Amino acid sequence: MHGFANPTRFLRLARWLTPLLLVSGLLLSGAVLAYGLTAAPAERLQGDSVRILFLHVPTAWLGMGGWTAIAIASLVELVWRHPLASLAARAAAVPGAVFTAICLISGSLWGRPAWGAWWRWDGRLTSMLVLLFLYFAYLALAGAVQRDGGSSRIPAIFGLVGAVNIPIIHYSVLWWNSLHQPPSISAGNSAMAPEFLIPLLIGTVGFSLIFGGVVLARMRALLADIQTEARLRRKAEAA
Amino acid sequence: MREALDHWIFVIAAYAIGIGGTLAMVAWSWLQMRKAEKRREEVRKK
Repeated sequence: MHGFANPTRFLRLARWLTPLLLVSGLLLSGAVLAYGLTAAPAERLQGDSVRILFLHVPTAWLGMGGWTAIAIASLVELVWRHPLASLAARAAAVPGAVFTAICLISGSLWGRPAWGAWWRWDGRLTSMLVLLFLYFAYLALAGAVQRDGGSSRIPAIFGLVGAVNIPIIHYSVLWWNSLHQPPSISAGNSAMAPEFLIPLLIGTVGFSLIFGGVVLARMRALLADIQTEARLRRKAEAA
Repeated sequence: MREALDHWIFVIAAYAIGIGGTLAMVAWSWLQMRKAEKRREEVRKK
């Protein structure tokens, strides 16, 4: 793992991987969303509103996946002091927050025709909203630490503690009464028809590639900022 | 009797916000990266 700790080696890899992930992700998810709008069949009970599935489900998974990535990077930062781990955690917070917000908005727009309500304070919706607030708090904390020169261990601890919310989101539909349906897909098993399941999985790959590309772009920006600040400081000290 | 809703309004709104938000995030991340790397090169050359 420490082989990738070298920023020069990371940049060599990230320079060609960033546009590759972004372009392939945009093409793949764009194709699935076009299918969702034009070719996917309407569902027997939910009608045309089921088309929101192709946007809502991948962004929900990646909203939770983003915080899981923050927790893993935070653990690597705290235990192994990997120099790029705190950058990776900060970089994952941006797409994680955006996808969580899209998940909440698209869920609300799906809920109105499906349940007759824009919002309900039930376990799944509320825990997902808490996740969005955790992202905002993490971004504010990490930004303050970088600006004011605090320890990067503070956001790392916050990242680990915040991971408690991920199993709560996942099991909320099983633990509490909820309007939200229980999971339709579990490991090796699905209650979903193939005309929905296959494009959904392809779309999830597409959105995941976008997520990876944005993480790399954010890491490159944060790394460049740190290197610029360090060089300016050295020059000021030498003058 | 409740009036049936037109689902397409909700579908179009969700897709517009989802696609718009994703594209804005990709563009912002890319531009911020280019700006930061350009600044680093300028400082390095000085």
